[in-house]
Amino acid sequence: MMTRRLTAVGLPAALFVVLALVPLYAGVFDDRFVLLFATRILIFAIVAVSLDFILGYGEMVSFGHAAYIGLGAYAVGILAEHDVWAAWISFPLAMAVCALFALVTGAISLRTRGVYFIMITLAFGQMAYYTTTSLSAYGGDDGLTMWGRSELFGTGLFNGDTSFYYIVFGVLLASYLILKVMTRSRFGRVLEGAKQNEARMEAIGIDPYRYRLTAFVLAGTIAGLAGALMANQAEFVSPAYMSWHRSGELIVMVILGGMGHLHGAILGAIAYMVLEETLSGYTEHWRLIFGPLLILIVLYGKGGLLGAIRGR
Amino acid sequence: MTVSEAAPILELQGLNKSYGALHVTKDVSLTVRRGEIHALIGPNGAGKTTLIGQISGSIAPNSGAIVFAGEDVSSLGVAQRARKGLGRSFQITAILPAFSVLENVALAVQAKDGHSFRFFKRASSDAELNNRAKVYLEMVGMTARAGLRAGDLSHGEKRVLEVAIALAGGPKLMLLDEPMAGTGPEETERLVTVLHGLKAKIPMLLIEHDMSAVFQLADRISVLVYGEIIASGAPEDIRRDPAVREAYLGGESDL
Repeated sequence: MMTRRLTAVGLPAALFVVLALVPLYAGVFDDRFVLLFATRILIFAIVAVSLDFILGYGEMVSFGHAAYIGLGAYAVGILAEHDVWAAWISFPLAMAVCALFALVTGAISLRTRGVYFIMITLAFGQMAYYTTTSLSAYGGDDGLTMWGRSELFGTGLFNGDTSFYYIVFGVLLASYLILKVMTRSRFGRVLEGAKQNEARMEAIGIDPYRYRLTAFVLAGTIAGLAGALMANQAEFVSPAYMSWHRSGELIVMVILGGMGHLHGAILGAIAYMVLEETLSGYTEHWRLIFGPLLILIVLYGKGGLLGAIRGR
Repeated sequence: MTVSEAAPILELQGLNKSYGALHVTKDVSLTVRRGEIHALIGPNGAGKTTLIGQISGSIAPNSGAIVFAGEDVSSLGVAQRARKGLGRSFQITAILPAFSVLENVALAVQAKDGHSFRFFKRASSDAELNNRAKVYLEMVGMTARAGLRAGDLSHGEKRVLEVAIALAGGPKLMLLDEPMAGTGPEETERLVTVLHGLKAKIPMLLIEHDMSAVFQLADRISVLVYGEIIASGAPEDIRRDPAVREAYLGGESDL
């Protein structure tokens, strides 16, 4: 019991300390690539954490979660195209667009369960994807190049590698903490209870639908914020951000790391992207190794990487 | 006794339900009075489960009305009826296995508090929830098990926990769907004691196969056969009713 509590607090704490030190490492070893790569990983980690919130705690297997990355990124990209660079305008707007998209699609999707929910979220994700490919004014299929980064009250913080890394780190930490607190609240109990036995929840007078929808919108909004960061990181926005492959990768990250703990999703995002990067350095057929490896981890490492760390 | 006290807490008025040509609920009328345990018995396939579905709100009757605490609730959903004060236990145990015993009850207390859009206060250290939940655990004698994972309880204890969960909702009526199903003799006895103790406070509609439990607890008994109520009355009258003996209890039963 005591050791369990220790890993529940100690592990995420250690994880964040390590992540906070990445720029230091990059500075000492003059390794810019590591810093840029880590920035990209953390952006995906934000999305994975938001997905774990609904998948791990609410059993909502959204197969369209990448759509929010794309929508958030496009909000920033399109505004930049019209010469609006202020982050205090573009970031809230990106989040609002995603919240609205999540509210509308979630209200419909959450009427279904199981495989149907997976299929319908996939369909909505693809709808968003094809909508952006047809946005010819903003690059269509080819995507949209941004000629700079968002501006935070004239500070230029988005432009420096290290400062941008800490912005992303801060967003990840805040998202993690807020969602973690929520999972332990009355709201979180309802989400988890509904996952365990929906009939019991209704019998005590709780209709889980509104709570699931709230969680779904919250997760979409956070993923949209990550999308806004992604646009800045790549200085480029493209429909590929929201392809269904991407949604699938996000699910794999959550399961790989160990779902239902939030920090597992961070571990999963790191492991997934590092593995991908390493293997693709050896051979262009890296997916042939990557695929079976993932299957083995999911099959034998019960509870994902977190489960393996806990030694269960 | 005043008029309002005498008024039934639950009144089923001419309920009918068919699935195609199969008429599973035939003009069922039944009342549960305040302060009584009304038992509903009947052989397998009598339509008890369908009837419970209609009372709790998961199945819509083709015709008829369900009046609960003086209000027609026929058009309300399961969660809405629960919030009106209809507590229940399930034939197949429905608890939240990954939560602790205390958490199971605390969640029901929380549900009674109204909405659960409270995002930041930690529920497990919410004394207001926990203290109230402990009262209900005490009522069913499960205080010692509070910290245990609900999924690890014995079958009988799970059934008792379900009663505690139903109690925590502050029900005006408890709908108990075969609470003794699958329990051993000692566990059955424990449940009978618990329910007996609650009887004065909370009226119950008890669906049960265990005849000894039914006759120990019930103030009135209704007998459902092929979707129809063939008899309704005091236990002694039911025991002697020739139609009941014929249709349900059979010759071998030693009632």
